[in-house]
This record gives sequence, structure tokens and C-alpha cells, in this order.
Amino acid sequence: MQPIRYVIVGNGAAGVTAAETIRQHDSVGEITIISAEPFPMYSRPGLAYVFLNEISKEQVFARQPEWYQQMRLNLLFGKAVSLDVDRQAVQLEDGRILPYDRLLIATGARAVPPPYAGADLKGVHYLDTLAGTKELMKQAKRRRRAVVVGGGITALEMTEGLAHHGVDTHYFLRRDRLWGKVFNDTEAKILEGRMRQQHVHIHYNTEAVEILGDRRGRVRAVRLKDGKEFKCNLVGIAIGVRPSIDLVKDTPIETDRAILVDETMQSSVRNVYAAGDCAQVYDPWTEQHMLDILWPSAVAEGHAVALNMVGKHRAYKKGSPFNACLLFGLHISTMGQINPRRDEDEPEIHQYLSRGSSEVWYTYPRHYASAWAEEGDNTIRLVMDGDYLVGALLVGDQTIADPLRYIIENRVNFREIHSDFSIGGLALKRSVQRFWSKSNQSQAESYLNP
Amino acid sequence: MAKESFFRTLFKSASQDADQDDQQADLAKVGCVVPDASRCVQCGVCGYNCPVGIQVRDYAHRGLPVDDPRCITCGNCINVCPRGTLRWETQAHELLKDRFLLTADLQV
Ligand SMILES: Cc1cc2nc3c(=O)[nH]c(=O)nc-3n(C[C@H](O)[C@H](O)[C@H](O)COP(=O)(O)OP(=O)(O)OC[C@H]3O[C@@H](n4cnc5c(N)ncnc54)[C@H](O)[C@@H]3O)c2cc1C
Ligand code: SF4
Ligand code: SF4
Repeated sequence: MQPIRYVIVGNGAAGVTAAETIRQHDSVGEITIISAEPFPMYSRPGLAYVFLNEISKEQVFARQPEWYQQMRLNLLFGKAVSLDVDRQAVQLEDGRILPYDRLLIATGARAVPPPYAGADLKGVHYLDTLAGTKELMKQAKRRRRAVVVGGGITALEMTEGLAHHGVDTHYFLRRDRLWGKVFNDTEAKILEGRMRQQHVHIHYNTEAVEILGDRRGRVRAVRLKDGKEFKCNLVGIAIGVRPSIDLVKDTPIETDRAILVDETMQSSVRNVYAAGDCAQVYDPWTEQHMLDILWPSAVAEGHAVALNMVGKHRAYKKGSPFNACLLFGLHISTMGQINPRRDEDEPEIHQYLSRGSSEVWYTYPRHYASAWAEEGDNTIRLVMDGDYLVGALLVGDQTIADPLRYIIENRVNFREIHSDFSIGGLALKRSVQRFWSKSNQSQAESYLNP
Repeated sequence: MAKESFFRTLFKSASQDADQDDQQADLAKVGCVVPDASRCVQCGVCGYNCPVGIQVRDYAHRGLPVDDPRCITCGNCINVCPRGTLRWETQAHELLKDRFLLTADLQV
């Protein structure tokens, strides 16, 4: 029998996990990974730590070239530009044609440019790719005043990085609340306090409508909605991402916001699969196809798609989306469905999903109740659907993060501690801990109180 | 910390050419750094801060306890990880692994 030819477009978390998993199950198949970026795989979330000088640029590479050789993965640098699903072949920009038996599209998502004039001026930056991050770091050394626009983690990471580089950093908020799609007022205030300690200026209800340049094509200011100009020489943009699905544009492959896949991660066309940021996957919580821009989701999907590509039909069940991050020294974790409201009047551009988030977080098929506790800079927010926990957000103390995640993912009946939800502060935390250790006995004890 | 120096003495006393299995058994007894693979984003902050140059990230990727005999149990990797991926575990790795590692079957 001929070895199966697997072609994977994209060398990120989803593509590389898939390649590795395929190799574990098929020792003879020919596996080719096409990468538009001329590097071995690097950690995209790690770019924020490169920018903060917490790691070197070399350290961000999660795989070395030798690893590809050991795994017998053929890594090709080049951009896939067209796809012929009848002849089962992918064409690269340089003309090379790669026939496939199974194709995985794992092209990820890219930052969207601002919807107003001035996006191509020198001094407009994104925290999106390794090349872009290197350029941003070079410019941060020279620039004195920066404006950051955008509402999610990436915007905050960019703000933190710029402040760390000693740039006079101004963060523009369209409304009056930080990370408004996820945080409530108290959570936002805590993070704002941390940002101020690091000398970030937060401008509420402030919206840029144009980036202005000088004669040499460099940023000199942004124009605000009220017509005023705000002087700056660097603009950081992180208003969201758009799945990279150009490759399937002229094919019958069905798309919505991203490539639609069934429970085997296959697209509407046979032998073409998708995973990671460019795939829209059925979500059992919201009963819709949902987009996650999350590393763990990309890894889980990469793993699941590989099993199906090697012929081990395994239905993929999307887990509850989870993210843990560290912003301005504050640990924050987000899981399940947590947003108390959705802004129906948001203009489309602001509906782009930001990196490190999931649509599931903002989608409310039913009416939910919530519980809340705060104690200094530590907060707990629980979202309940009847007797079940469907979402949680923790700021600061993360002791109960894993138990909560387990309770959500496994739909553990939570009714027992319903009556404790009106109590606040540490009592709520203890109540969750007690509930958890009771259902897990000694094993959980050692886990929670090491 | 008294606890850490105790571990250190224990590791030092383990003879260099000791049977690999024995060493691992020791580690299991006193504990070691254990990752939750589903939290790891492969950023490499852990290994960058490891004084003896262990690439903790590779263990985190596979969801395996850091059983490298060079580990001096300083805890740096645990403290610096921005995602809360790593913890010190003295027992029950096996049980916890089943429970928290979504990618556990990657290890086959
Ligand atoms: C600054 C930053 C912070 C983040 N923080 C978090 C976080 O806190 N938590 C979290 O969970 N996630 C975070 N993310 C998101 C996370 O990195 C992504 O969800 C994850 O990388 C998705 O993996 P992927 O494999 O789907 O796509 P990608 O990692 O984007 O990989 C896709 C690859 O495909 C290549 N490619 C695209 N088109 C083509 C083509 N036509 N031909 C060939 N190659 C192509 C690209 O060059 C790229 O290398 C962050 C991202 C950034 C940038
Ligand atoms: S620092 Fe944490 S998240 Fe980053 S690679 Fe290490 S274990 Fe993974
Ligand atoms: S505990 Fe210290 S020596 Fe051991 S792996 Fe972590 S950083 Fe390295």
C-alpha cells in the first residue's frame, strides 16, 4: 500500500500537534508542513514575554529544526495560495504544487488592521507574529509616546510591554471599562490599579478615528472622535483577529467566520480538515459552531483532527474554553461562559474576537445566575445554569481554578453549595474547596493544601 | 526552605550510577515538578529560568513529571510560569494526570 500523503498548512500549535500525533499513529505516512513564516514552530503567546524581555527571542521557539527531522516531518517554507479540492493539491506562492491524500488547514488567525486611515504609516504595530514583535521592540526603544487601541489580552500585553520599555504609554478605551467583554467593574478596577502603578495612562470613552502621519510617512498623532489630535509616535493595534481562510476562498468548502468542521474536524469537502484558530467547531454548551482563539483549543483540535486523519474515527467534543494569563503581575483565569451582557449595538469591527479568548465566553443561550466574592485584589465570579456551574473568572488567588474547571467540564452537580452563594469573600472560596475535597477525598486535600 | 534543602540532600546522596528506576522511585517519593499540559502555552519562560538548564517546556508539552536528576528543586520554574502550569507534587501524579491532562493520551 502506498504511504498516505498528509499535507498540513500552518506550523502553529494546531498544525504541529497534528503532525506529531499523525506520526505517532502512522509511521510510514509522508507528512509535509507548509509554513509561511520561515522558522520552526514558536509559541505565539510567548511573544508577549519576548516583548517584556522575560525570555530571549531564541527561547520562544518551542521546537528545534532537529525535532522535525527526528519526527520525519518535511517542513517547507512558503505560502499556500490556492487549493484544488478535485485534484487534491495545494499550490504555493512560488509555483510548487503539493498533492495530498489528507489536507489539514491550520492557518491560524491574524490581527486585523484598524478600519480607519493611517494603518500603513510607519509606527503602527501589532503583537501578532515573531517578525512583527521584533520590529515592535526595535521601535519601542526609539519612541517616546505610544497609544494602544483594542480591548483584549493582546492590547493589555502590548500596553504592559511598552510601559516596561519606558515608553509613555496611553491606553484608549472606547467605553468606560477595561476588557469590557469579559470583566465586570470591580475586576476592571483591580487591573486598572495595577496598570497605573506601572505608569500607564488610561483614557476612558476615547476613540481613535484616524492615524496621522508626517511627510516621511511616520505616525505623528491620532485623531480622536471629538476632532482633537493626540500626539504620539507609535500606535499599537490589537482590536481583534480574523481567521486566515483565504486559501479556501474559491473552493466549495463551507465557511462562516472560519472554516466549518464536523465532529471529526472534517470540512464540508472530503479529505480536507481544519483545526485551531481558523476552524469553527460545534460547541455543546452553546449548541452552535464557535470560534476559539486559544492555544489549548488549538492543541486539542490538532490532536483530534490527527486521529481522524489517520482513520481512527473519533468524534471531537469541544471542551469548555479556558485561559489563564498574567497581566501586570495579576493572575487571571477565565473559563466557560462568563460575560454578564452582550452589546448588541457593537459595530462589526469591534465584534472581532481578540486573541486569548473564545466566543463561548460571550454567548448566552439561557438565563444564568451568578455568585461573587472579593477580598482585596482577589475576586471570584461564578456563573450558574440551574444546579450547574457554567463559567468562572478568578482574579488574583488561583487556588480554586482547577477544581472549578473540573466542575464545569464534567458538569458536576453544584446544588449542594447554592446556599453559600450569598456569602462573600473567603467564605465562598472555602465553600468551593470544601465541596471539592468532599467529592474527591484525600487526593484533593493534598492538591488544595500542599 | 527546610523542605527544599532536605530534597537537595536526598538528591546529592543518590549515587550517580544508581539504577534509573530507583532514582525515579525516589523522586516519586519526595515529589517533583508536575505540569498540567492543558495550561501550557509552550512559551519557554520556565526553562529560561531554570538554573541547570532543564527544558521544562518539553515535559509540560508531554504532561510528564520533570524527573530529570539534575533538578535541584529550586522551584523557579513553578514561580515564573505565567500560566500556573507547574506545581510541586509529592504524590498522586498518576491520579491527577488522568484528571487534568486533556492531552494525556499524547504520551503513547
Ligand atoms: C500576543 C499573543 C498573546 C496570546 N495570548 C494567548 C493567551 O493568553 N491564551 C491563549 O490561549 N491564546 C493566546 N494567544 C492565541 C494563540 O496563540 C493562538 O490561539 C494559537 O497560536 C492558535 O494556533 P494555530 O495553530 O491555530 O494558529 P497559528 O499559531 O496562528 O499558526 C498558523 C500558522 O500558519 C501559517 N500560515 C498561515 N497562512 C498560511 C498559508 N497560506 N501558507 C502557509 N502557512 C500559513 C502562519 O504563518 C502561522 O505560522 C495569543 C496570541 C498572541 C499573538
Ligand atoms: S512557563 Fe509555563 S506555560 Fe510557559 S512553557 Fe513553561 S510550563 Fe508552559
Ligand atoms: S525546580 Fe528548579 S532546577 Fe528543577 S526544573 Fe524547576 S527551575 Fe529547574
